[in-house]
Amino acid sequence: MTKLKRVLAGTMCLTMAGSMLTACGDSSSSSGSAADVAPVEQKKEGSEDSKNTIKIYVWNQEFQGLFRRYYPEYDAEKSGYDTTKNEKTGTGDDFLKDGKKVVWVVNENQGNNYQDKLDDALKKQADSDDKVDMFLIEADYALKYVNSGYTQPLKDIGITDDDTKEMYQYTKDVATATDGTLRAVSWQATPGLFAYRRDIAKEVLGTDDPAKVQEALADWDKFNDVAKKMKDKGYFMLSGYDDSYRTFSNNMSKPWVENDTIQVDDMLMKWVDQTKDFTDNGYNNKTSLWDDTWSADQGPSGKVFGFFYSTWGINFTLKGNSLEKSVDDGGKEEVGNGIYGQYAVCEGPAAYFWGGTWLCCATGSDNTDTVADIMKKMTCDGDIATNITKDTQDYTNNKSAMDAIASSDYASDFLGGQNHIALFAAAAPNIKMDKTTSYDQGLNEKFQAAFKDYFNGNATKDEALENFYKAAIELYPNLKKPS
Amino acid sequence: MASSNKHKSISYAKWGYIFILPFFIAYGLFQLWPMFQTIRDSFYSKMTVGLIEYPEEFVGFDNYVDLFKEGEIFTYFGNTFIIWIIGFIPQIFISLLLAAWFTDLRLKIKAQGFFKVVIYLPNILMAAAVSMLFFAIFSDIGPINDVYKSITGSESPYQFFAHITSTRVIIAIINFIMWYGNTTILLMAAIMGVDPSLYEASEIDGATPSQTFWQITIPSIRPILIYVLVTSLIGGVQMYDIPQIITNGEGSPTRSSMTVVMYLNRQISVGKNYGKAGTISVVLFIVAAVLSLAVAAFNSKDQLAERKAAKLKKKKMKGALKI
Repeated sequence: MTKLKRVLAGTMCLTMAGSMLTACGDSSSSSGSAADVAPVEQKKEGSEDSKNTIKIYVWNQEFQGLFRRYYPEYDAEKSGYDTTKNEKTGTGDDFLKDGKKVVWVVNENQGNNYQDKLDDALKKQADSDDKVDMFLIEADYALKYVNSGYTQPLKDIGITDDDTKEMYQYTKDVATATDGTLRAVSWQATPGLFAYRRDIAKEVLGTDDPAKVQEALADWDKFNDVAKKMKDKGYFMLSGYDDSYRTFSNNMSKPWVENDTIQVDDMLMKWVDQTKDFTDNGYNNKTSLWDDTWSADQGPSGKVFGFFYSTWGINFTLKGNSLEKSVDDGGKEEVGNGIYGQYAVCEGPAAYFWGGTWLCCATGSDNTDTVADIMKKMTCDGDIATNITKDTQDYTNNKSAMDAIASSDYASDFLGGQNHIALFAAAAPNIKMDKTTSYDQGLNEKFQAAFKDYFNGNATKDEALENFYKAAIELYPNLKKPS
Repeated sequence: MASSNKHKSISYAKWGYIFILPFFIAYGLFQLWPMFQTIRDSFYSKMTVGLIEYPEEFVGFDNYVDLFKEGEIFTYFGNTFIIWIIGFIPQIFISLLLAAWFTDLRLKIKAQGFFKVVIYLPNILMAAAVSMLFFAIFSDIGPINDVYKSITGSESPYQFFAHITSTRVIIAIINFIMWYGNTTILLMAAIMGVDPSLYEASEIDGATPSQTFWQITIPSIRPILIYVLVTSLIGGVQMYDIPQIITNGEGSPTRSSMTVVMYLNRQISVGKNYGKAGTISVVLFIVAAVLSLAVAAFNSKDQLAERKAAKLKKKKMKGALKI
């Protein structure tokens, strides 16, 4: 009996230990190659239901909001959309005027989560009768989808070169597959600027005039001098470690990855050195992008001089964060609520861009006509582009419309009456996106995360770099460390 | 067919097997099979990067060789052990103290049931929720930092999660808070199992409470103590949810709070490197299995010792009778 007990106890212990081995196995073993951009063949047709449903993958509410407000075929009444308040008050699905339903699949972006979910859905597309019709992609990983068989060449669904002629060239370059076909379109162009607090500028620099402030910040040496002045007066120049990252990473001289080998550009190491300096000297508030302290720094209680932001960041993120009483709590976007109206923008020490969202038509979509129409209206239509910019202060991807606003007497309340579109219009044509790879998002995130330890003093520069390689190869096991 | 008229004794044994069958079916399907799959994966190079799936390839022991050559796994076993031991020392200390107090006949603590529930409560909460709570409490704009700022008069907060020791200690504290109640209950049961006549005898002989504790309680509950130690160690090896949430899966700073299971998790949730993940799983399995077998060995050794002692007693009794 004792022996049996012993054996039983042993088995149970093993069972317990074994239970933790239980991993989720995914045994799909088909293989594909990177260069194959021909649309994936569909083995199954969409169901009747799928044909009447536009399924769109997104990672936040930005496009939803624009779509509901500006897409002419959107059935506001049936969808429960309040056209006076410009927000959706109903809880039901969204509908188009022809009766088709719009379904949004929303997945958080951070940590490649959105891409993972989207990849799963796209891989299953061929065998599924519930088709994904459209999905959104960001600049950092646009190439991954553009150079795959999961996006359709837009000329196949009826979008002509003529339709896209007003778009900034870089937005088309980055969305062009290796076979030369355009695979995605964007409604925005995203040149970056430096948004600063007028009140702090007046106190420290003696002026809040964008032209004069720009003079004081014209290059990195001057920028560092101003940072010291800020510190002396009790302010921070920047909020966190990653704020200036894009101004360096956009000016890299070589792409992140070549022949499956990771390359760390000198520009990135310059960012590391500058940020270390700023941290050690107390020029920044040691926050990280998107964390609570970082957002709070942009609000009334913040002591930070400025933020590097591109177009969407100013109208979408900064504006929301600047309010004392948020819109959700019943606050209004007007001067007097928080520091609304206290910001202004200038070019800053280096030209850069940040982000941008493109629309793709999924291969196998059973609603290509609708998708094409959405793309034409939202990204190619000059009137809609003008309206979007005037209403939301976003910068849209339409050269003539933007130039018209830039030279008009347009003024942004939020920026204290400044016409920031003029600055964007000057910067947008110069954007180059020729160094992007499909690994950019992951590698940028990991690079910033790994060097936080160096800034905090927990690791040496070499240790941090080593940790970056470790994390990068965990994320992309096919990549190699440079030897 | 002729029914046999032979008188048979009725056996209920088959019902026993039928009742435990569902467990074995579920176990086989959801644990045993994936386990073999995992072991198989550890001998293959198998990964997916974004939209590209790399073909599977048999590589023999290459994955293991690479894993040990890289040597990262040793660091993470080290991290896991350090965090576990920081939590375990106060845990066993406090649990023993509480268990001794609660079972002390002379102290007669009132409302014992209430205290036992309170002590045990943190164990019922979800580890993820407790981690979130602690993350908020110790964050740069959290209450602890408010107190810290008002005491020291410093302008900037102490960044708990940016320092190696503070991060590890916070994780260990959460482990401690969640598990000391469980240990207390176990140890109380053990102490209550000790023959009361031993305590009475020691009292009559004039032993002080600390003498009673060190010379009667501790030796008598030694098997349970070892059991607590080893089960905690097995649990510790598998530590995952708390550091995962506290450090957002990064094991920051500098991967110093990355545990082995977090490292495993990074292979499949961050990237999709099934081969390497399988390899780490198998290594972890072997470590946990060795520890589990150690428990079994200890238990049976104990039983062996008991039997020997019993035999000895009998012999002595016989001897005594002879005299």
